[in-house]
Amino acid sequence: MSDKQEQQIDQSRRGFISKSTAAAAISVIAPGITLHQVAQAKPVDEAVTSKVRWGMLIDTNKCADGCTACTTACQTENGWGSGSTDEQNSSPEQQAQWIRKVTLKNKSTGSTHSLPMMCQHCEEPPCVDVCPTGASFKRVDGIVLVDKHICIGCRYCMMACPYKARSFIHEALSDQAPHSPRGKGTVESCTMCVHKVDRGDGTTACAEACAKEGHRAIIFGDLKDPDSEISKTLKSNSTTQIRADLNLNTGVRYRGI
Amino acid sequence: MFSTPSFAGDTQSIGPELKINRANGDKCVEPTDVMRKDHMEFLLHQRDETMYDGIRTKKYSLNECIECHANKDEKGKYIPVTAEGEFCQSCHTYASVKLDCFECHATKPRQVSFHPIVNEKMQSFADVHMRKSSTLLNDIANARKADNGHAQ
Repeated sequence: MSDKQEQQIDQSRRGFISKSTAAAAISVIAPGITLHQVAQAKPVDEAVTSKVRWGMLIDTNKCADGCTACTTACQTENGWGSGSTDEQNSSPEQQAQWIRKVTLKNKSTGSTHSLPMMCQHCEEPPCVDVCPTGASFKRVDGIVLVDKHICIGCRYCMMACPYKARSFIHEALSDQAPHSPRGKGTVESCTMCVHKVDRGDGTTACAEACAKEGHRAIIFGDLKDPDSEISKTLKSNSTTQIRADLNLNTGVRYRGI
Repeated sequence: MFSTPSFAGDTQSIGPELKINRANGDKCVEPTDVMRKDHMEFLLHQRDETMYDGIRTKKYSLNECIECHANKDEKGKYIPVTAEGEFCQSCHTYASVKLDCFECHATKPRQVSFHPIVNEKMQSFADVHMRKSSTLLNDIANARKADNGHAQ
């Protein structure tokens, strides 16, 4: 088959897929919840640009105490914790935690808040500053990642991160998810579901799971797009960056704490 | 890039006999002699583009290699490509080259399961319809290729 024909087939297939996605753009994902917005998918052969900055907004008032839908979804999606049969020889303190549920208690009033904590995808990430090999890096669209090909496992980034967001893998692994490589001797953390973002899903596993549960406490979106749901909510509400005093300009923001 | 004369046209007689699954078509993304010599270059180039720029074209994607080259056992479960005698491992053992990719990368495609109780019918449905490369499209492509062959 000539290249031209191959291209034609691919194009028609892509056309079909995009049409069927468009048809699903307004879809009911759970009783009472309607998904209106589908992010524009970038062509697979195009590089990401700094015209977007991906971020998340977490509304702690909507985050249910005791609910772990986000952490479970992350584990299943990215193949760590319960989503993998690996790390059997590591102690709980050693095992990877890309996202964890945290409960905050105000000692004077006794009020409690439940919220998910993960990599905050800083604009000025301390992990990138300290990395001796350049393995810790920030993609131009704001997602902070580890290039495990050049990570030497020194764990300096783990010390530098104010959010305790990174984990080190202590043992050989064999049950990774194909889109989420992870292995012994390297550091890892939340990737903001970069494979889903690149695919144009317009959401992350945690945000998706939270919406499915009916809480909708996590909004994922483009911080640079003034018309995105996340930007609009940030504009009209008072929100917080955790450890805002460090001037890291985090990509993950919180509401209600 | 020069090519070793003994490689061209003589690829079948060199190295171990490989278990190749022809169900996804019998052509790799490049001719066999090119793949034998340069697959690592393609993967290295693709890895940085994917990692830093989010370019996820399928042609030289390691995941796509695995999709095609991971074989299944009698029970329909995928065998890791790093298992003895499997596609990646057999050649690397023959050439005595350490295979580093799979210390981090998955050695087999993820099998889709709908529910803890997945019957064979569901699994076969998943195998046909939820695979990244569609059998139907490959069939069409192969049919066209055959037609072209006759026309010329």
